[in-house]
Amino acid sequence: MTTADLALHGSPHAPPRGLMRWLTTTNHKDIGTMYLVFSLVMFFVGGAMILLVRAELFQPGMQMMQPELFNQLIGVHALVMIFMALMPAATGFANWMIPLMIGAPDMALPRLNNWSFWLLPPAAALLLMPFALALFGVGSGAIATGWTFYAPLSVQDGMGLDFAILAIHLLGISSVMGSINIVVTVFNLRAPGMTFMKLPLFVWGWLITAFMLIAVIPVLAGAVTMLLTDRHFGTHFFNAAGGGDPILFQHLFWFFGHPEVYIVLFPVWGLTPHILSAFARKPVYGYRAQVYAFWVIGILSVIVWGHHIMTSGMSTGALLYFMYSTMSISLPLSVLFFCWIATIWRGAMTFEAPMLFALGMIVLFGIGGLTGLVLADAAADAQYHHSYFVVAHFHYTLFAGGIMGIMAGVYFWLPKMTGHMIDEILAKWHFWLTAIAFNLTFLPQFFVGLAGMPRRVPDYALQFAEFNMLSSIGAFVLGAAQLLFLIVVVKCIRGGPPAPAKVWEGAEGLEWTVPSPPPHHTFQTRPVIGE
Amino acid sequence: MSETEQGYYVPDSSPYPALLAGGMFVLALGFALQINDEPVGRWFMIAAAALIGYVLFGWFGSVIAENQAGRFLRWEDRSFRWGMAWFIASEVMFFAAFFGTLFYLRNISVPELGETQLIWPGYRGTWPTSGPAGQPFTPMAAWGIPALNTLILLSSAVSVTWAHWGLLKQRRAQLIGGLALTIALGCLFLGFQAYEYHHAYTEMGLNLGAGVYGATFFMLTGFHGLHVTIGAIGLAAVLGRAIKGHFTPDNHFGFEGVAWYWHFVDVVWLMLFVFVYWM
Ligand code: HEM
Ligand SMILES: [Cu+2]
Repeated sequence: MTTADLALHGSPHAPPRGLMRWLTTTNHKDIGTMYLVFSLVMFFVGGAMILLVRAELFQPGMQMMQPELFNQLIGVHALVMIFMALMPAATGFANWMIPLMIGAPDMALPRLNNWSFWLLPPAAALLLMPFALALFGVGSGAIATGWTFYAPLSVQDGMGLDFAILAIHLLGISSVMGSINIVVTVFNLRAPGMTFMKLPLFVWGWLITAFMLIAVIPVLAGAVTMLLTDRHFGTHFFNAAGGGDPILFQHLFWFFGHPEVYIVLFPVWGLTPHILSAFARKPVYGYRAQVYAFWVIGILSVIVWGHHIMTSGMSTGALLYFMYSTMSISLPLSVLFFCWIATIWRGAMTFEAPMLFALGMIVLFGIGGLTGLVLADAAADAQYHHSYFVVAHFHYTLFAGGIMGIMAGVYFWLPKMTGHMIDEILAKWHFWLTAIAFNLTFLPQFFVGLAGMPRRVPDYALQFAEFNMLSSIGAFVLGAAQLLFLIVVVKCIRGGPPAPAKVWEGAEGLEWTVPSPPPHHTFQTRPVIGE
Repeated sequence: MSETEQGYYVPDSSPYPALLAGGMFVLALGFALQINDEPVGRWFMIAAAALIGYVLFGWFGSVIAENQAGRFLRWEDRSFRWGMAWFIASEVMFFAAFFGTLFYLRNISVPELGETQLIWPGYRGTWPTSGPAGQPFTPMAAWGIPALNTLILLSSAVSVTWAHWGLLKQRRAQLIGGLALTIALGCLFLGFQAYEYHHAYTEMGLNLGAGVYGATFFMLTGFHGLHVTIGAIGLAAVLGRAIKGHFTPDNHFGFEGVAWYWHFVDVVWLMLFVFVYWM
């Protein structure tokens, strides 16, 4: 090998500047940043949509929009939040932190990594474009079936549904490629001495997430492909006239859909112990137990999907099976909760913003999990299904468990990424406003749900008026509070007190040994992990 | 250099991934417009196909060039191997969705429709079926062309392994001959498949719209055929590289990746033969 080659091996050429840098980058930190920024933007897009919905629901009666648009906003909100806000945020963290945590020079397949990211903006464009096309008289707007694509409604829906199917395909390819990259990185690029049972829990959480994604995203791809052929190429997969069955679609969707809820949460469950241990100044409690719990939940996640369709009609045996298997997931999940609490138990705790968000996440996500247990009861679910109770439940899991956990991560790691400390005071305001407004928004939804208000309706009976008004007020405060988040993030990127390598006193791990911000290329020579 | 090599090869910035994403966007957009009777979609699709083709040549070309320049060592090679293995795992799940559909329809939805005498009295929920409201058709028999195709694909698995032995033992003629034979068998398979489709459409009344039998038949065999096509293109690329002398006994991931894919496609076919054609 020539010397020129050797030089290239170690230090790549200076990257291009400006937009081209971002379009062509192969650097895990650049790509991680793009994921995080994209996620932040889409978080506000999805949020704006649902504020329109909450405005419509402020009072009974039809105020501002046609039911068609209302349905479109709800479905697109959900797809945007899950696929374009939560998942990319978690992937952004994976890109940034996994190489730093395991002592790798980059992700294993850097160009693939760039491709995974750049599939996301086109997917977003495809999903949202039908809104714009409708303004020019092409088509009838975006997907109007909700995010679940249920047949036969989805077979009859307008062209927005085709756009959504193709967006799902791009998102799916992006997720699968991103997951492959993460698995390969963890398998192959760990520093010497970084054995599997020394992997930071965040890495473990993501590893299982990646396995789940590789297992279930292709099934979703298959399901929406069949939907596409039912719509345009004359097949009868979901049509009884040809021997098909609409319920088949529900099975396929939820075979993906239930693991999906863990997919968006495992990264958070992985990062939570890091934060708890840092701010309680104690080592993580029950490392092994948590790793095993991850495995158990990951495996159970693919065999419980039926609890979403218990009212669609299934045999009593199947009902009982799905009920008990679903409830059994709360056992490993309680192991995680127990370990989290044991980690902070009698610790020397301080309550900086990341810790506040982590603790808030635990409490509120706990409510989400408990109400899930209620829903899993096959007899009770007949009443709760498709009511606002379900909406409240999954927002306690997805917003409190997912988004608030991600925000804990942002405040925890942003100083590492930017080299600046965050504005603690604003961040604390952000936390308290978010926590209070969140409960104001979603707690009333449990009650209207129990009282019988169905979900996905633009108008409702008079007796639900007060609770809905509270909920709408909460939603607008919640939305406004997120502007604070934006301010804290932008301020931290632009300046602030310099952050040391070890940003938080109690934080442990390889990522805290490199400077803040870390150099563009870290671990050119492999660190060796001792005991 | 050996495994203890310090540096991992991190490629320079590359325009190809973002271009590929852009191409796929235009393709998806064109397709969505096309199926909604907006004929401009066709032009989008053609432009996108050209762009994607260009990118694939450029991207694979640069990876191959890097490999020939000795940038990839054992460490990088292992990444490619793991990557390909997990990619195939995801493909397995893609086919699993369609097989799951087939089993569900055969064992649950069609029998249940048969029991319900309310809407179409007299409909017997037996397989194969085009459904209560479907047209009559002739199902595909297993022991004609499909059995022959099974033989062809199984032989191609042997021939690709034979080519691999040639590579390992540095017998160039065996490598090139084995690959060429494999590609030929793959094309023969596709030819028979095309004939079978034509026959089904024109003479047997068997088409995508022929109820759930037609739908599962064409989706499963169609996606399989697509994968055979991709595999054959991959084999052709590998053949070209073999002729150029790119492969050595300890550096030939490109060959193995395609060979694994080919075996995967083979196994899917066996499943197809048993569950779609035979049983
Ligand atoms: C022990 C934990 C959990 C249990 C037992 C549980 C149970 C359930 C059940 C039975 C339903 C169906 C309710 C119905 O439609 O009638 C449901 C809905 C839902 N759950 Fe959970 N859940 C749990 C945790 C989670 C988590 C962690 C998430 C997300 C991160 C989540 C997200 C959702 C979503 C999005 C829906 C509604 C889907 C829809 O119909 O659109 N759940 N849950
Ligand atoms: Cu579920």
